[in-house]
Amino acid sequence: MPREAPVPVLRFENVTVAFDDVTALVEVSFEAFEGESRVITGAAGSGKTTLLKAALGLIQPQSGRVYAFGRDLGAMREEELFDIRSKMGMLFQESALFDSLTIEENVAYPLLNQKAIHCAPEEVKPRVVEALDFVELGGTLEKFPSELSGGMRRRAAIARAVVTAPPLILYDSPTAGLDPITAHTIMALLIKERDTARTTTLMVTQRYQDGNLMANFRYNSEQGRLEPARNGARQDLHTVFMVLREGRLVFEGSQESLEASRDSYICKFVKPRA
Amino acid sequence: MYGSIGVRGPTFLLDLLKGPVAAVQEFLFLTGSAFRNIFRPPHYTDDIVLQMDNIGVGSLPIAIMAGFFSGAVMALQMSRALATYGQVGRTGTVVSITLVRELGPMLTSFMVAGRNASGIASELGSMKVTEQIDAMRALGTDPVQKLVTPRLLATSAMLPLLTVIADFVGMVGGWLISFLFLNLTSRQYWSTTWRALEWNDVAQGLLKPLVFAVMISLIGCFYGLRTTGGTQGVGRSTTQAVVASIEMIFVLDLLITKMFVWAAGGAIG
Ligand SMILES: Nc1ncnc2c1ncn2[C@@H]1O[C@H](COP(=O)(O)OP(=O)(O)OP(=O)(O)O)[C@@H](O)[C@H]1O
Ligand SMILES: [Mg+2]
Repeated sequence: MPREAPVPVLRFENVTVAFDDVTALVEVSFEAFEGESRVITGAAGSGKTTLLKAALGLIQPQSGRVYAFGRDLGAMREEELFDIRSKMGMLFQESALFDSLTIEENVAYPLLNQKAIHCAPEEVKPRVVEALDFVELGGTLEKFPSELSGGMRRRAAIARAVVTAPPLILYDSPTAGLDPITAHTIMALLIKERDTARTTTLMVTQRYQDGNLMANFRYNSEQGRLEPARNGARQDLHTVFMVLREGRLVFEGSQESLEASRDSYICKFVKPRA
Repeated sequence: MYGSIGVRGPTFLLDLLKGPVAAVQEFLFLTGSAFRNIFRPPHYTDDIVLQMDNIGVGSLPIAIMAGFFSGAVMALQMSRALATYGQVGRTGTVVSITLVRELGPMLTSFMVAGRNASGIASELGSMKVTEQIDAMRALGTDPVQKLVTPRLLATSAMLPLLTVIADFVGMVGGWLISFLFLNLTSRQYWSTTWRALEWNDVAQGLLKPLVFAVMISLIGCFYGLRTTGGTQGVGRSTTQAVVASIEMIFVLDLLITKMFVWAAGGAIG
């Protein structure tokens, strides 16, 4: 129950993003509050990645405004954006690990390069090891990204996104192209991060079961695995679903109203294909 | 419908120009921020050293080869021409002037353009298409500061150096030919070689590679950073970077040569 009017962690106000000849986002507006999880789905090319990049200020909208932590990203210079971005973690769709650096250097990168993160030099290594242990990649410090499998790369990229313990994390298709077992492991990691660090989470996904896990499961730290959230706890996990279609936000609401939707486009994302 | 052609004609032309004008603007903007970053922290010294090694040491064998053979060929060709005036003894003069003013800077820059403009464009291009450039910005580094400025500095330092080496090796090539086939004494060759050079020659021989280096590195970075369209796009950017930097070397070479000829003024007449 909110005691005072909360400030949204992230706020889109009629955001329109256009590339040369395609409009990737059209008049998108929403607000994400602290502790919330948002699951964003939509067909390929519907603007999901663009939405996350606009949230980071990597793409400037043609019109409309993006606010993160109460500040207007459009009014900031790149150096000021670095400060805001240090409060956000991002998992890129293709992992985007730096392939000239080892896994250890990759995970240490935000600690060493984000000015707003003050990390003493002797603390870097322990934090990197901790983050890699978190994603169960403890033994890969010296390896290069090209020496890891796709799923391991994804996990290393998650370690890089969470190593600074940012209050807001954006995940772009964390389970895309992975086998069901690895995909479940990754989802367990995301939920573990959300439940242990209480981060606000935006997750882009094509798979309905990922959203379902986000909305109905929580991480049991004693047993080290996911378990269904019971009634009381389920209220805690405030999960909002968003559906994009050709750049437009066509649905925003709870899992129940998503499942109740009659719209043929939206239905396709709800019923997992056999 | 036909009536509208008169109106559409000029705007159609404007549309055609929009792309190139925007590209030039973008290039100048990149140039500006790359130079500005030289004086602004953070300085990525490790990256500069790495690039110097890659560009300088890596291009050394090919620069030496180009220098040696062009010097040798110049000596052979020019001695024939000079023989008609009975001036074979001045082979060293011609070799050193052509090498220092033109062949050394041009050939070395072509080699480096082929090796490094393409290398830079493909490296940055693949980083762009795999979202590593975005990741860099998301993780608190300015890609221009981290990637472009070190390459600019490293190329600018190494290309003049490589040129000097190529010039010298070229003179050695000329000497070998003169000594073996033209019956010139070493002393005769080297004294004409040194005496031929004036400050003016040395200045343009160093200014050219410096300017070319700026062009090669910035063009490589520019095409790399604007890559779109996956691995195919990387190939395209790489080719474009090499072609554009070689074209620019030709144009700038003419401009700089003209400038020095003009500055030398009366000496020509
Ligand atoms: N840098 C760019 N330049 C030009 N067009 C772009 C660029 N980035 C994205 N687009 C276009 O914007 C639209 C939305 O792209 P976006 O990457 O956001 O889709 P997406 O929902 O993430 O798709 P996917 O599920 O395949 O990842 C697409 O039509 C795409 O072609
Ligand atoms: Mg995407």
